[in-house]
Amino acid sequence: MTAVRGSQGPVDADHARHLLRQMLRIRRLEEKCVELYSAARIRGFLHVYIGEEAVAAGVLEPLAAEDCVVATYREHGHALLRGVSAGAILAEMYGRLEGCCRGRGGSMHLFDAATRFYGGNAIVAGGLPLAVGLALADKMSGRHRVTACFFGEGAVAEGEFHESLNLAALWQLPVLFCCENNLYAMGTALARSESQTDIALKAAGYEIPAWAVDGMDVLAVEEAARRAVDAVRSGGGPHFLELRTYRFRAHSMFDPELYREKAEVARWMERDPIRLLRDSMDAAGQLPAETWETLQADVDAEMAAGIEFAEAGTLEPVEELTRFVYSDRTPGADQAGRAAG
Amino acid sequence: MKTTYREALRAALRDALERDGRVFLMGEDVGRYGGGFAVSLGLLEEFGPERIRDTPLSESGFVGAGIGAALGGMRPVVEIMTVNFSLLALDQIVNNAATLLHMSGGQFNVPLVIRMTTGAGRQLGAQHSHSLEGWYAHIPGLRILTPATLADARGMLWTALEDPDPVLIFEHGSLYNVAGELADDAGPVDIGTAAIRRPGTGVTLITYGGTLPAVLEAADQLAGEGIDAEVIDLRTLRPLDDATILGSVGRTHRAVVVDEGWRSGSISAEIAARISEHAFFDLDAPVQRVCSEEVPVPYAKHMELAALPSVERVVAAAREAAGTRG
Repeated sequence: MTAVRGSQGPVDADHARHLLRQMLRIRRLEEKCVELYSAARIRGFLHVYIGEEAVAAGVLEPLAAEDCVVATYREHGHALLRGVSAGAILAEMYGRLEGCCRGRGGSMHLFDAATRFYGGNAIVAGGLPLAVGLALADKMSGRHRVTACFFGEGAVAEGEFHESLNLAALWQLPVLFCCENNLYAMGTALARSESQTDIALKAAGYEIPAWAVDGMDVLAVEEAARRAVDAVRSGGGPHFLELRTYRFRAHSMFDPELYREKAEVARWMERDPIRLLRDSMDAAGQLPAETWETLQADVDAEMAAGIEFAEAGTLEPVEELTRFVYSDRTPGADQAGRAAG
Repeated sequence: MKTTYREALRAALRDALERDGRVFLMGEDVGRYGGGFAVSLGLLEEFGPERIRDTPLSESGFVGAGIGAALGGMRPVVEIMTVNFSLLALDQIVNNAATLLHMSGGQFNVPLVIRMTTGAGRQLGAQHSHSLEGWYAHIPGLRILTPATLADARGMLWTALEDPDPVLIFEHGSLYNVAGELADDAGPVDIGTAAIRRPGTGVTLITYGGTLPAVLEAADQLAGEGIDAEVIDLRTLRPLDDATILGSVGRTHRAVVVDEGWRSGSISAEIAARISEHAFFDLDAPVQRVCSEEVPVPYAKHMELAALPSVERVVAAAREAAGTRG
């Protein structure tokens, strides 16, 4: 029996199964989100990550609990793998008090202090300066933490992208920039919005070590991320990964997909990251049918429990509407604010 | 001791940097240059480049970095050279600093202080002279301070740094050179209340920041005419100290609001609305407002002066209010 091989050699079967499971958890969570949206249990905007799971699964793997994560409005999967429960994520989308933000943030604004998950930012590129600041605090405090900052390739057109890369490089801050290049900023193709479409090259222009990685190959993503995280943590300054991936579903639930050909989508779906890993595990004899069945059943059960939790959730009393506009400073108040590093 | 508004601000920064190792100052030219308006002159030599941190011209980037650093446990003081430049950082201030605590269900507060210069009167033209603090006062989640005196220049910063939420401090450019006496033991001051700078019984003059000196001068002139004006210095534009405003109007029954911002949709409009909502039956005359003309502030001195609230316009408005008997 041979093992699945990454570029650094064979991958342990347990680890391969773990990565498969992580990707499947995102996939199943979001399939349920789409169902629940169609059934009007969830409202607002909903942006799913289906097709891009290898990016979050691979990049988050080498991060430690004390590291920080900053993500975008397509962040359900990042929150889930970071340790926010499916129940807390779904309850948030249901607008319930038991949601990770008491139902105030919704799909686009998942936050969780316990897992150092800093959003859930729905302004494209708005999270990058935040990540720079979190890393600045770590550096000034002598902490050896990494801040992983996810953003789409659309963010590259924003000034905040350039300002943030420059600051991080100038001050040699411990940020791992992760560009999830799914080729479309809503409906605008990269080539229609950028004069230079090689994104890693832009990062290199700021003297930041940068690599483009096959974002459909979770092992490749994980290896690149591990190398980059190690370099950042050991004081090597910011690093940049361009993760080349593809969004299989529409941009949001309000997108007739007029801007891309079905054949293109079909072509990318042949490189479905879950299927790619399954196939190579199969070929290596690392995924017996019963293992795959059990794995799927476990994940389905996790999501079913999450939905049950969200359905049973309660509504925050309207009297709390103005709470947390400012911190509650009355002595003994239940102040959840904890920006204490 | 004899000091200036600028020196009082610098003393406040030095005090904060000495008190708390988490405090650092970050902004354009705050270090080697000594600050665009020389507020931080000399601090680089005292505290070093880590804590007196020069930034590139990246307002959104370094304001956002200040927010991130605050989330990461630091107590950053971010200097933006002028309020006009702060518009380049509006996304970070409004969409992140003001929003994160509520949007995260109380998980992430942002203990950040942003200082910036505001206001006209120095022939700097439209892109360096506007008074947009009233805009910021529109935003829930922010606290807006407008120090107008030496004591407040010295005392507001530390109290702002102790606040768990974002605080914006607006320093009027015409005040930096104001000199006067400051108590040797001057230190932190309260930032929750307005101050009555001159008690009076005939009319309430409500102002803040850069127009306080002109309003006090107007009050002196009015006294010579037998009109005993009370002068309120708002100090904090958000939250507004309704009790002090309404209490004074309840005694004088007349009010003039003086605001260097434009009239339409301004903080003066908010104050006039609150007076009409809560003190309508106390009024003996319509509320008067003295604001800037609704033009971009021009360069030529005579035109700039014509655009701004002046002692004469304040006196005229107060006469109007006082002469209109109910």
